[in-house]
Amino acid sequence: MELLKEISKEGKNKFDIEDDIYIEIENLEEKYLRSEINLPDISEVDLIRHFISLSKENYGVDNGFYPLGSCTMKYNPKINEEIAKKEDFKYFHPLISIEYSQGLLKIMWEMQEFLKILAGMDAFTLQPKAGAHGEYTGLRIMWEYFNDKGEKRNKVILPDSAHGTNPASSSMLGLEVIEIESKDGMVDPEKLSEVVDEKTFALMLTNPNTLGFFEKDILKIKEILKSKGALLYYDGANLNGFIGIARPGDMGFDAVHLNLHKTFSTPHGGGGPGSGPVGVKEFLKDYLPYPLIENEEEFYYFSKPAKSIGKVGSFFGNFSVILKAYLYIRELGFDGLKEVSQIAVLNANYIKEKLKKYYPSQFDRLVKHECVLSGKIYKDYGVKTVDIAKRIMDYGFHPPTIYFPHIVDEALMIEPTETENKETLDKFIDAMIKISEEIKNNPEIVKNAPLNTKIKRPDELKANKELKVKW
Amino acid sequence: MKFIPHTQKEIEEMMRDLGISSLDDLFKDIPDEVKIKEKLDLPKPLSELGIREEIENIFSLNTIPKRIFLGGGAYYHLIPSTVNYVLNRGEFYTSYTPYQPELSQGMLQALFEFQSVLSDLTGADITNASMYDGATSLMEAVFMGERVKNKKRLLIARSLNPEYQEVLKTYIKPRDIKIEFIDFKEDGRVDLNQLEEKTKEDFSSLVVQSPNYFGIIEDIEEINKIVKKRDALLIQLITEMMSLGILKSPFELGVDILAAEAQSFGIPLSFGGPYLGILQTKKEFVREIPGRIVGETVDRNGKRCFVMTLRTREQDIRREKAKSNICTNNSLNAIAALVFLATVGPKGVKKIAEINYKKSHYFKKRLIDEGFNLTFKGPFFNEIVVDLPFTDNVLKEKLSLVGIEGGIPLKYYAMDNSYLFSVTEMNRREDIELLICSLKEG
Amino acid sequence: MYKVIEGLFYEKSDEWLKVDGEIGTVGITDYAQDKLGDIVYLEEAKVGKVVNKGDVVISIESVKAAADIHSPVSGEIVEVNLDAVKNTVIINEDPYGKGWLFKIKIKDKNELKDLMDAKAYSEYRQ
Repeated sequence: MELLKEISKEGKNKFDIEDDIYIEIENLEEKYLRSEINLPDISEVDLIRHFISLSKENYGVDNGFYPLGSCTMKYNPKINEEIAKKEDFKYFHPLISIEYSQGLLKIMWEMQEFLKILAGMDAFTLQPKAGAHGEYTGLRIMWEYFNDKGEKRNKVILPDSAHGTNPASSSMLGLEVIEIESKDGMVDPEKLSEVVDEKTFALMLTNPNTLGFFEKDILKIKEILKSKGALLYYDGANLNGFIGIARPGDMGFDAVHLNLHKTFSTPHGGGGPGSGPVGVKEFLKDYLPYPLIENEEEFYYFSKPAKSIGKVGSFFGNFSVILKAYLYIRELGFDGLKEVSQIAVLNANYIKEKLKKYYPSQFDRLVKHECVLSGKIYKDYGVKTVDIAKRIMDYGFHPPTIYFPHIVDEALMIEPTETENKETLDKFIDAMIKISEEIKNNPEIVKNAPLNTKIKRPDELKANKELKVKW
Repeated sequence: MKFIPHTQKEIEEMMRDLGISSLDDLFKDIPDEVKIKEKLDLPKPLSELGIREEIENIFSLNTIPKRIFLGGGAYYHLIPSTVNYVLNRGEFYTSYTPYQPELSQGMLQALFEFQSVLSDLTGADITNASMYDGATSLMEAVFMGERVKNKKRLLIARSLNPEYQEVLKTYIKPRDIKIEFIDFKEDGRVDLNQLEEKTKEDFSSLVVQSPNYFGIIEDIEEINKIVKKRDALLIQLITEMMSLGILKSPFELGVDILAAEAQSFGIPLSFGGPYLGILQTKKEFVREIPGRIVGETVDRNGKRCFVMTLRTREQDIRREKAKSNICTNNSLNAIAALVFLATVGPKGVKKIAEINYKKSHYFKKRLIDEGFNLTFKGPFFNEIVVDLPFTDNVLKEKLSLVGIEGGIPLKYYAMDNSYLFSVTEMNRREDIELLICSLKEG
Repeated sequence: MYKVIEGLFYEKSDEWLKVDGEIGTVGITDYAQDKLGDIVYLEEAKVGKVVNKGDVVISIESVKAAADIHSPVSGEIVEVNLDAVKNTVIINEDPYGKGWLFKIKIKDKNELKDLMDAKAYSEYRQ
């Protein structure tokens, strides 16, 4: 497909705008002014065709099954998109007088309340703009807490199944990361006891973890950390595994982040924007970033917590993402949210049961919203999981996440979500079974996949060695 | 069972296949102590019609000011109809990070074009595929500077957006980095003499915003000369990208890292977000830049295509040694900015910028006509600070009578009677006259 | 399966060390280059840098992975293989020969006894 630069020609663009200032204004000094602007010069019709063509080369949840593990690619309700695109929002500057934005502030305040209830926490900030951003914020709050107490703690503990954002967020605070080996795919309380001491800052835990297992020893884990004064952080990426059934706050988590673009149905936008609100227990409330939204007899205003860490981003958070998640909660209610995890977990276990003998990993137990299978038995045929993923594309599906978590060799991490019905799952299961047969009878077809896509196996080595990041 | 597409029969069939009699069986591995026992206190669910009505009710609590003279990090600009048309494509907005390039060439090429267009606009060698916002982008720029130069002292111009100063302080506190400020002079610009003095001691970078928080255009060329006498980097922040319609490319003037907020390019004010963080740098620092980067390559048949590249900088591969923890970014808003720039074109961006400049200077002329004093005398783009003989409450009242929002008091600088106004192509001449009138009153 | 050369010393983190009088040459093993995949970037080590045994000297990157290269001994970096920096494919093709990474002036030969020999490393990685 042609690039904008390649269809650009001087004089094609006919954009115009009125100027109602008719007096002479003195110019800026020459030294500040640019001599030319190098932007594509294209007509509106060409522009529209260009982007429509590009969209056709892309695959989203609206196109089909998108079972990326830990991403929760569920259906994005269109009513929420429509409301978030209301004309009015083009006028709402974040700094307008609060008397004017009472409706918007009400939504933010109610969202703070909803999330407190759903997560079992005492206070929430809506400021973080993504999950990783929320992780940083949660850890930063804990850092301030320890700093205030005069306690010098610098070690963060992570299970070997942790998302990469967990150690990366810890590093941003200058904290040292210690990884502990899982036992049967879950945190081993004994190993944890050996490692936790007075220098331990926190344990960061995703629950269900990235294998889709509920961390069954969670209460014991909490006790171990508490005994040494360390804290427990919740990575909410997998909340779709038990929302409405259980709450991280009730499990002993001191700070949590939620991913509105996962559990709460806001679209992923090709990589973003998202929103990662952070909830804390009472003892950490004073450290939340400002502003928080307060409600005094239906009048909404901003407040700054007494020992606030400051700000982690501009303004108050990704409002239109927060709005979409708010609407989702209003549409589902408590019962609807509970059904989300019930069906998400039903779907994941259904896939696991049907495919486990074709793609066995070292685990076989009840999962929550996602399951991790493995392509390792096909190594003998010279086929790797990446080949299987490419072949899945030929069957019309987006592949699952591959090669994560690291504790499963040749991992296939499948999260169907609750918005896929039995027909879709059966088609996917059929395709996976067919592929396993292909591997045994005709491995070349899988090794050479994909066969049906326009582009096949981009040369990543070339992309790295001959770096070309602009035209 | 909102949005859940199963029939009851299907659910029962699946349960039978799993050998369970109740969905509760799927959660038996969760200890009873942590299970929710009572129904949580959330409002009862609403249908689509119900939601529309509820939102109408909530929004009736809003007042929509249409004459917006507010700036300070977010700007009221035109949004061409093409932007939403493209953003509404489900193939774009319901997709995820393009980890599987064969299914994501649309997004990958669009992001490559975004990177290219932004690089061309500023003279950068490399632009990443977006950050959350200008503030976190600036934070990443500062950490980049620290990694590259391995020095623990950071210089910041005090005329930097106060909110951004807060964000930097929050991120820097746990790290062993010392911040020192460079003051501004009467004209609102960086004190070059003070800069000369303060750069004598080792430092990693100087952070300067231009146009700065007061709307004043800094002399980046001169500032660069001073910084480059030492082994340090020049980091520029831009919060009003529309200024680049007339202002020189930052990288031409010697900037090493550019952090910016590009909300001005086709992204609505939407009460604070999501916006669009820009992070750019020179070739030599390409391995230090965080965030996703799309690169051009060929597939096995030699066809040109695009793929994410330099992935070993990122968190999923490099983990605790990653350049940043960033995963989700602002891809969709990057597409908005791309569509915006492609819609208005090179002449359009220049014209819009010129109109911004003219209108803000028209406002200045009228203020001076009416005897008002400009706080700073330096050159400016579309924001201006005015001394007004009333408190911010009084100002707010005056302006609300005419449906105007504007005038951010410079309380952060203990200049309570100085107010920041922004004037863009969206402010008609009669709105400017109305504002002048309202300021004159009483 | 993986090539291991006699007469060299080996570290658990997959570096090899060839000793020639006072000077040690360091590189990565065949196992390491295979695990990394096609190498795309070799950081240029700083000549004159003084390191302790186990310190990270430089990093090496492939398309899908990155690895820190540790010095098997304490000493001062005296030479860097600029050919390998310019043309990283030689590290994959000839990890024990042309793909050497840096040379170090060995501070204390006693440290050599903590390293593995070819047989021990073969067992460790096979």
